[in-house]
Amino acid sequence: MIPLNWYLILAAVLFVIGVLGFFIKRNIIALLLSVEIMLNAVNLTFVAFSSQRGQISGQVFVFFVLVVAAAEAAVGLALVIAMYRNRETLNVDRSNLLKW
Amino acid sequence: MNIPVVNLGAILPAIMLSLFGIAIMVAEPFVSDAKKSWLGWLAIAGTIAAMLALAPMSRQAGQWYTNLWIVDSYSIFFHFLFILIAAITILTSMNFLQREGIHHTEYYALLLFATVGMMMMAGSNELIMVFLGLEILSIATYVLAGFRRTDLKSNESAMKYFLLGSFSSAFFLYGVALIFGATGSTNLIVIADSLRSGDPQTSLVSLAAALMLIGLCFKVAVAPFHVWAPDVYEGAPTPVTGFMSVGPKAAGFAVLLRIFMTAFPTLEDRWTSVFWIVAALTMLIGNVIALVQPNIKRMLAYSSIAHAGYIAVAVAAGSEHGVSAVLFYTLAYSVTNLGAFAVVTMLSRSEDKLVNLNDYAGLASKRPGLAAVLSLFMLSLAGVPGTAGFAGKFFIFKAAVQSGLIWLAVIGVITTVVSFYYYLYVIVQMYMRDPNEEFADVRTTGPLKLALAITIAGTLYLGILPTRFLDWTVSAAVNALR
Repeated sequence: MIPLNWYLILAAVLFVIGVLGFFIKRNIIALLLSVEIMLNAVNLTFVAFSSQRGQISGQVFVFFVLVVAAAEAAVGLALVIAMYRNRETLNVDRSNLLKW
Repeated sequence: MNIPVVNLGAILPAIMLSLFGIAIMVAEPFVSDAKKSWLGWLAIAGTIAAMLALAPMSRQAGQWYTNLWIVDSYSIFFHFLFILIAAITILTSMNFLQREGIHHTEYYALLLFATVGMMMMAGSNELIMVFLGLEILSIATYVLAGFRRTDLKSNESAMKYFLLGSFSSAFFLYGVALIFGATGSTNLIVIADSLRSGDPQTSLVSLAAALMLIGLCFKVAVAPFHVWAPDVYEGAPTPVTGFMSVGPKAAGFAVLLRIFMTAFPTLEDRWTSVFWIVAALTMLIGNVIALVQPNIKRMLAYSSIAHAGYIAVAVAAGSEHGVSAVLFYTLAYSVTNLGAFAVVTMLSRSEDKLVNLNDYAGLASKRPGLAAVLSLFMLSLAGVPGTAGFAGKFFIFKAAVQSGLIWLAVIGVITTVVSFYYYLYVIVQMYMRDPNEEFADVRTTGPLKLALAITIAGTLYLGILPTRFLDWTVSAAVNALR
């Protein structure tokens, strides 16, 4: 039996990897993937707590999160396509029309 | 088998808006281009129906659907505010969409769905519901921000909003997961009970609360999480900017107050001090950077950050007066800011080209009516007595002083004085500069006039006779704190 803390530490590490990836990566698709990693770290936390407490609700929440993540990915990829058509690059550093 | 009786009355406004939104999407292919604005009026009809549905909803006070959903005067107040915001935004958008050649009626449907998301945030008693409402709102708004598909600025604005929005949602959700682990529930009242009964894992609870706070602070654009707002507001289509600067902000504060008042009263001394710093920082940054903005949309973006700072002052005050000041201020600010954005939408002309402050030079000599209206909104945003903005700021600073936050109130008053400079600068441009052009192609049309009439009436009414709405906000605050 793997103790609960191991799952929580794994989830925290995954979340931090997602956050770091979001700041370090420059390609929009990579940023999207970083956010997905963060959401999946959250899912892992939910499932770990759910099985520790013997409450099924935590696992149900994961489905909600999956649905939301899918909807977000659909909109995000649509925005990526719209942007690529107009600009032909996916580098966020080149998206610099708006600044003060 | 028992089929549970579903009480639709408690969510009737949201059902109405969803039905009208779906009807608009279904009807779109069958309506010729010339008649697209009919669907805009259908959306207006939806907001009216939702407004009427508030009456049956208000008779259903209490908690519903296994305590997922709460109907009290707090949630009804926010429902009213969100429907009003949606209606004014639709009225402002109808001509804009035609003028820009992007008259796709999904726009109206998305606005209505975003409003449903905001309602879910204000009325939910459950963190997963809050998250779903937040995402319904956010996903609809990402699309709206990028609605001008072929425009690079609009693309960039939507992309930035999307990336930072989903990033911050993940923080919020991680907080929800940790609080679920610490207390075994995501219901706000159960969380509060289990924290009161002496939970040992205070560090986990504090971490969860902090993560949720970060997620929501991103959404309401308070410092230090405000950096996305000016870029996103500048690039989005102007009526959408107006919507984003009031709708998600009001919903974010509604949910923030609900979560922290209901679920974390035991941590109150910690989060009020966090809000002290956030409010002071936001007011300073928003007002000072707004001083040097040449672009009116960007100036209004920093102004909206500053206003979020004022609302955060009332959140820090935390008392019943503070909560009622938050409600009153969101209403006053929404009405005023939507009015200002309606005028900006009209004056920016095709492709939002003329959005620099010096494009407003001499407006008063050519279009005195428009200049007077924009001046009223600027004075209200600055907080001149007799306008909604003054009444709102007065209640906020009063609540802050009553809760002993004297220095925060002092910072608020000083930054308000600073803000007079950039608001009055618009008026100076309009009245004291020579016009560069005739403003002949600025057309005021029916829906826009209606939007302006509502916002002017609201700004003056809340400024001169605030008592009726104040009574409502006080009773809502008492209700929410109980």
